[in-house]
Amino acid sequence: MMKPITELIKDLADQYGRNRHNLLPILQGVVEQEKYLSEYSMIEIARELDLPAAEVFGTATFYSFLEYKKMGRNIIRICKTITCSMKGENQVLLAIQEMLKIGVGETTPDGNFTLLQTNCLGFCHKAPAMLINNDVYNELTPEKVREILSIYLNKKREEVANDN
Amino acid sequence: MTTNYQLKRADFIFKSENDWEEILSKNISRPPQELINELISSELKGRGGAGFPTGLKWKVCAEAVNDIKYVICNADEGEPGTFKDREILSKVPFKVLTAIAICGHVTGAKEGYIYLRGEYFFLQQELNKAISEFEYYCKEINFDFTIRIFMGSGAYICGEETALFESMEGKRGEPRNKPPFPSTSGYMGKPTVINNVETLAHTYTIFKYGSKRFYDLGVQYSRGSKLFSVSGDTPKPGIYELELGMSLADFVDEFGDDDTKAVQVGGASGFLVPRKKFNETNIGFQGKLTGISLPTGGSMMLFNSSRSMYNVLDNYLKFFAEESCGQCTPCRVGCQQLMRGIKAIKRGEKNAQYLDKLLKLTETMQYTAKCGLGQSVANSFSSIVENFREEMIY
Amino acid sequence: MDKKIKISINGVAVEIESGTSILEAARQTGVIIPTLCYHKDLCVAGNCRVCVIEVVGQKRLATACATPCEEGMEILTNSFKVRNSRKHIIELLLSEHNADCTRCYKNGNCELQKLASDYKIMSQDFISLFPFKNYTIDMFSPSIIKDDSKCVRCQRCVRTCAELQGVNALTVAYKGDQMKISTFFEKAMNDVVCTNCGQCINHCPTGALVEKNYIEEVWDAIADKTKYVIVQTAPAVRVGLGEELGFEPGTRVTGKMVAALKRLGFDAVMDTDFTADLTIMEEGTELLTRLKRALVDHDPQAKLPLATSCSPGWIKYIEHMYPAYLDHLSSCKSPQQMFGALAKTYYAKARNLDPGKIVSVSIMPCTAKKFEANRPEMHDSGYKDVDYVLTTRELAIMIKQAGIDFMKLNDMHFDRLMGESTGAGVIFGATGGVMEAALRTAYELVTGRDVPFENLNITPVRGMDGIKEASVRIENPLKEWSFLEGVELKCAIAHGLVNAKKVMDSIVSGQSSYHFIEFMACPGGCLGGGGQPIPTSPEIRIKRSEAIYAEDAGMPLRKSHQNPEIIKIYKDFLEKPLGEKSHRLLHTKYTPRKRY
Repeated sequence: MMKPITELIKDLADQYGRNRHNLLPILQGVVEQEKYLSEYSMIEIARELDLPAAEVFGTATFYSFLEYKKMGRNIIRICKTITCSMKGENQVLLAIQEMLKIGVGETTPDGNFTLLQTNCLGFCHKAPAMLINNDVYNELTPEKVREILSIYLNKKREEVANDN
Repeated sequence: MTTNYQLKRADFIFKSENDWEEILSKNISRPPQELINELISSELKGRGGAGFPTGLKWKVCAEAVNDIKYVICNADEGEPGTFKDREILSKVPFKVLTAIAICGHVTGAKEGYIYLRGEYFFLQQELNKAISEFEYYCKEINFDFTIRIFMGSGAYICGEETALFESMEGKRGEPRNKPPFPSTSGYMGKPTVINNVETLAHTYTIFKYGSKRFYDLGVQYSRGSKLFSVSGDTPKPGIYELELGMSLADFVDEFGDDDTKAVQVGGASGFLVPRKKFNETNIGFQGKLTGISLPTGGSMMLFNSSRSMYNVLDNYLKFFAEESCGQCTPCRVGCQQLMRGIKAIKRGEKNAQYLDKLLKLTETMQYTAKCGLGQSVANSFSSIVENFREEMIY
Repeated sequence: MDKKIKISINGVAVEIESGTSILEAARQTGVIIPTLCYHKDLCVAGNCRVCVIEVVGQKRLATACATPCEEGMEILTNSFKVRNSRKHIIELLLSEHNADCTRCYKNGNCELQKLASDYKIMSQDFISLFPFKNYTIDMFSPSIIKDDSKCVRCQRCVRTCAELQGVNALTVAYKGDQMKISTFFEKAMNDVVCTNCGQCINHCPTGALVEKNYIEEVWDAIADKTKYVIVQTAPAVRVGLGEELGFEPGTRVTGKMVAALKRLGFDAVMDTDFTADLTIMEEGTELLTRLKRALVDHDPQAKLPLATSCSPGWIKYIEHMYPAYLDHLSSCKSPQQMFGALAKTYYAKARNLDPGKIVSVSIMPCTAKKFEANRPEMHDSGYKDVDYVLTTRELAIMIKQAGIDFMKLNDMHFDRLMGESTGAGVIFGATGGVMEAALRTAYELVTGRDVPFENLNITPVRGMDGIKEASVRIENPLKEWSFLEGVELKCAIAHGLVNAKKVMDSIVSGQSSYHFIEFMACPGGCLGGGGQPIPTSPEIRIKRSEAIYAEDAGMPLRKSHQNPEIIKIYKDFLEKPLGEKSHRLLHTKYTPRKRY
């Protein structure tokens, strides 16, 4: 069960502390649950840590993984650095786009997936690689990525079925 | 393919040795000066890419006068083509933790941190387990030291030491002015030793086997072994521990696919070496009397004749333009100029002479950029443009 | 550190104090190294890289502003490497810049323009990045225009808003080629906690941050024969205006200023110092009344300390940050707004004018005054009390446009009815001035004697310390004020919002024992305001403050209650301080605002 944001932030601040040097883990904690930092979240964090809102915004937007726009439940980050690019990242990307019907930077209408590109993930010897949320998938091919996404889609269908 | 005897393998880092408790206890009862001397005589240099003498770094921090000091393990491995630190942290974490603690003993620091890049989130659980076990042992032997993981959030520049401190202090990862240097004023303004994961793993080897075992490997100015992350057009992608000082020709003999056109040594911040220069290039920290030598984080990306060097350079420049922190003019604007510049030349919007203007620009970036990122763009830019000029134009 | 070390700059040996920056050491030896992100008021950044110099033996160049000298350093400030690198840096900055200088408000006073001119950047070899950026202009604020296409990302504005003012409305956002100066979620300046103080404008080297100017509107009003245009001038303008027109900082140009305004075509040229005196009458009475209610009646509604309310940047700040403490503020309007309300009532009546045809203009050292004039409640005259606010800089522009040779003007006097002032009025322009003026009047009101300071100069409240304290012991008061016998009247003065925060925090925590506090948003007080000539520096502000106090010392009357026009306005119109007319025209209410 997901906590309401204000409570989440208070708990994170209790856990990590309320000093400036505790800001990053708290931002990460909110992104972990909400997948992104809304205006409201940032203001609440600013309030809890007694920081200016602009400072929270300026710090958060520096980091690629601290999203500030609404994201889907599953964020796909496919590596576009040289080795992955050489080893077929483009085909994998096309396969994802074809399957989910979204382009880079977009989110599926049901909010299930967001497709992003990222820089070197550190799996160059098993390129191409991607992250879905915090999980790494490598040695990708168009077939393999379709299989992986199917698992996520099936998981979602099960959840929906269980709710009904 | 002949396996040339020059390409010497070593096996210290990943050797599975379950003796970290013994190594820790033994070394924290040795006087700090002795441990510093051990490191200095080993001539170990930083394995993250900058190659600073580790012994000297620990010495300066130990001599700084302050009640509070820190030891930070830089696990923000983000250089394209590098993946060795991830392997070290998953396979032999206790070696790194022990090294951090011994550094604490040497310098007087009571707190250690591992700055782990956000992309390696999946390592956190196992690493935390190892840390719990480690701290438990420290308590048993009455050694006052704690280690915590600090997660990054997707910023290559945070691998730069002062940018890392800024990030840990809850701010944007913008590099600081140097001086002052981390060993006297680092995290929270306190004396800090910041070392790459692999560097710390090597100190473990040195403290266990003594500096001579380490020193005996490699060549002059480039002592010891190093992990190389090999990827690209190679039948043997992976991580290999090799003695420093080998020639690139021997390396390509071993790892190339018989069609190697060029090798990128040291990631996007490193140099691209074309086939004709393989023989005269050695992998280490300072040249032998002949030929060039390259400092390196150990990333080796091989390109065969099917690869366009223009695409390679374009890929790197996009990377730098995005990952730059953006504060200093030469890097922020320079990277954008280089990125658009090569596109314009390729499309014929600018003539070939513009390449020379861009080369001059990279020189300025090298001299004036505030941190290693801006300073290193010149490396790949000039090595690719000078050796593959035609591919930039036609 | 007093240790001296030996270095050489361009081959010339020199001895300087250890720890001095290369920039400062060069300046001491007559070598000027160009800078961009460096500013005397702010901490060192070292990000523009314009000030790079060569240290012999080092391959990379070092920044002069951020590198301390070391024994034996050989520094070259104009070597081949340095010159080429610096030229490249300037070219790079120009390539991401909106270089349409002829259409820029800062044309002629832009630091990037000066660098390009000094280094004769005659061609643009690099690709212009300007078309690829989606630069935005924020013109929603009544005071400040933010034009990202002219930003060199020196971060001076961010440091100013953070270090000098503690407001933190601006931040650096994103990274790499997306890096820019932004507000929270890129909202308009008007929608965030910006106090309109304009210090960012004072510190911006280019045209990225400028004031919203109303020059054309004022010209139009002057040209309109049916309109009667009144102008009032703030005390700090007369010690700053000269800097824009050829005079050294700290030159008093009061008479010339009046003459120029008359030549521009204003129908009546009068003085904000008059309403400054009026503010003292109202606020002094308010202070004594509140002291009585607090100390004698123990009325919980009478909040001490009383805080001054003439700085609109300060007002917006307290409205955002300490909305629960608004009843500490004096209910008095600022002198500008008091003048505006009286111009269309008292003055209109006395001169038989239709107030609907009066255009009320003010010349202010301040950008927040533009915001203040637009506050919805400022209509007590039945019309908009102040129609247009021009900064000192805008006035200088108008004077130049009119072809007036300012230096050759003969001094002239302010017009009657609202143009007379005392020394107490003029010191409003300096930090501590409102406090000093209030004490001169209040002390005499209570005791019948002059303040016990030589020549009425209450020196403890003067000077550039961020927070100042002064106390005056009341002995032998007049019978009416006997409750103040033996009371140590404790006063504090804060200038720069970062100091206002410190004082407010001490009030919130209950540690404050002050009775009366003067708050000014800008460092130095109004003389350092967001509308004053650029550049600004600690030295320039000190010179301007010396001019203010010299002006005060030279005036025949130095206490607000002695001003004959003040005596007249109470006799003919207002009756008494805090009277019914005063309440209606000269007092105001405040608006709690969001902190984030």
